[in-house]
Amino acid sequence: MATVELTTSAPPSAARALHGALRFGVRIASVVALLVAWELLARSGLLTPYQLPALSTVLARIWHDAVAGDLVLNTWVTIIRAMAGFAIAAVGGVALGVAISRLPLARWFFDPIVSIGFPMPKIAFLPVIILWLGVYNVSKLTMIVFDAIFPVIAATVIAIQGVERELIWSARNMGASERELLWQVMLPAALPQVMTGLQVALPLALIVAVFTEMKMGGYGLGAAMMTASRFANSVGVFAGIVEIAVVGYVLVKAMSVVRRRLLIWHQEAAEPA
Amino acid sequence: MTASVLNFVVRYSPLLILALGWELVSRLGLVSSDALPPLTAVGAAWIDMMHDGDFLSNGFAAFYHSDLVVNGAASLWRAGAGLSLAIVIGGALGILMARWRAVNIVFGPIVEIFYPVPKSALIPVTIIWLGLGDGSKILLIFLGCMIPVTIGAFNGARAAEQTLVWSARSMGADRVRTLWDVVVPSALPELLNGIRTALALAFILLVSSELITSQNGFGYLIGSLGDNGSYDAMYAVVLTVALLGFAADRLYQMLMRRMLIWRQ
Repeated sequence: MATVELTTSAPPSAARALHGALRFGVRIASVVALLVAWELLARSGLLTPYQLPALSTVLARIWHDAVAGDLVLNTWVTIIRAMAGFAIAAVGGVALGVAISRLPLARWFFDPIVSIGFPMPKIAFLPVIILWLGVYNVSKLTMIVFDAIFPVIAATVIAIQGVERELIWSARNMGASERELLWQVMLPAALPQVMTGLQVALPLALIVAVFTEMKMGGYGLGAAMMTASRFANSVGVFAGIVEIAVVGYVLVKAMSVVRRRLLIWHQEAAEPA
Repeated sequence: MTASVLNFVVRYSPLLILALGWELVSRLGLVSSDALPPLTAVGAAWIDMMHDGDFLSNGFAAFYHSDLVVNGAASLWRAGAGLSLAIVIGGALGILMARWRAVNIVFGPIVEIFYPVPKSALIPVTIIWLGLGDGSKILLIFLGCMIPVTIGAFNGARAAEQTLVWSARSMGADRVRTLWDVVVPSALPELLNGIRTALALAFILLVSSELITSQNGFGYLIGSLGDNGSYDAMYAVVLTVALLGFAADRLYQMLMRRMLIWRQ
């Protein structure tokens, strides 16, 4: 979201650096203002420290957790869990999407299941998954995959069906085998929309990862936050939301960097962000 | 007529096969009937939960005092209130952000920061602020659903053709009128798509928050039935929530097509 544009002509490098710094400054100004407002509101006495602990107290708590080693362990567990579930959903979703768009039998069987399963709140099945698989990693991963796979399947099916006929005909004409056609023509051409599906799936994987940790306990940022909540430890709860927000921000940003890298050849890379 | 019925049956036969498979696996004892009660038992439990006493003596009250209706109403109120607030406030914020640079400078970065926060992490925070009742759930759903609505409204309103805005202004429409008659309709397709995302999120956040803590609602019912070991009834509620989510999305899509019928 570009907010300021100082000049339209291409500035020389020093001016460009200044321009960039200014833009960055304006962008973070309101976030800094929000954080300052948090600190001031907490210190003003309008709210109790339980309702809103001061930002400085929360940061001190995060630092304390970091030194003690809990923070690293919990962050690591949550990231690995969310990313493992996301990776399974990505690979499985693309594979199923390709199968649905290429094999009539797969389309007949999975199409109605996907069209009903996609809009369902899959999270409601959590107690069933716990009943079957217990409260450990397998059930958490299953729940993440179950939720994150549907947008990937749907995006892949639409993407593959939208590949230009001319591309397929030319490849066939030049003697491409079915396998080459899939790997060298269809999947690259489908990549932008598949990436969009993955970008929908990633936040879902994070939401479900945090929620399953809250519900089932064990290690992880969600579980730590829930423990703090049970002991009415509001500093711990607010430390948790800051940590989880940072993890979410970093992963979602990393995903858009990956998108730009992977699609550097695509015309969208040339468009202004 | 018969052709379309046949078409329907062929199209949805995989679901029928799954249902039959479920019934058989459970009836033949391949899995324990606790882990997977037969589908027919789940159906019977569902009918059981749809009435309180019998209809002859209790009349229509038997229906609206039943477990499913009472808890379902509590849940739908929470989801509806949170989502409506998100649509009104999020939609207005997105459109203002697109039309006034000052609003964008202040709120743009904040929206960008909150967008990737996994919304389930807000559950304990909303509990601290508003306790264990309806308020915390409505706030959670409002906060979670607001972001996609705002982004949809922002992208839609930003794409409104400037020439249309200028024409409206030159024909004497004031700012508010231009906003309402030109910008809002042009933003509608993207705004409606954002609301669709929000609708799905509302169900996810509703069920998550109710499963964590609640005294009534679908999530409460699922949790307490599971704790009692009434798994057939638990399955019945889980399927009800899932199908409600599905039905809400389909109804919304129909409404969306209706509202966009003026576009080609």
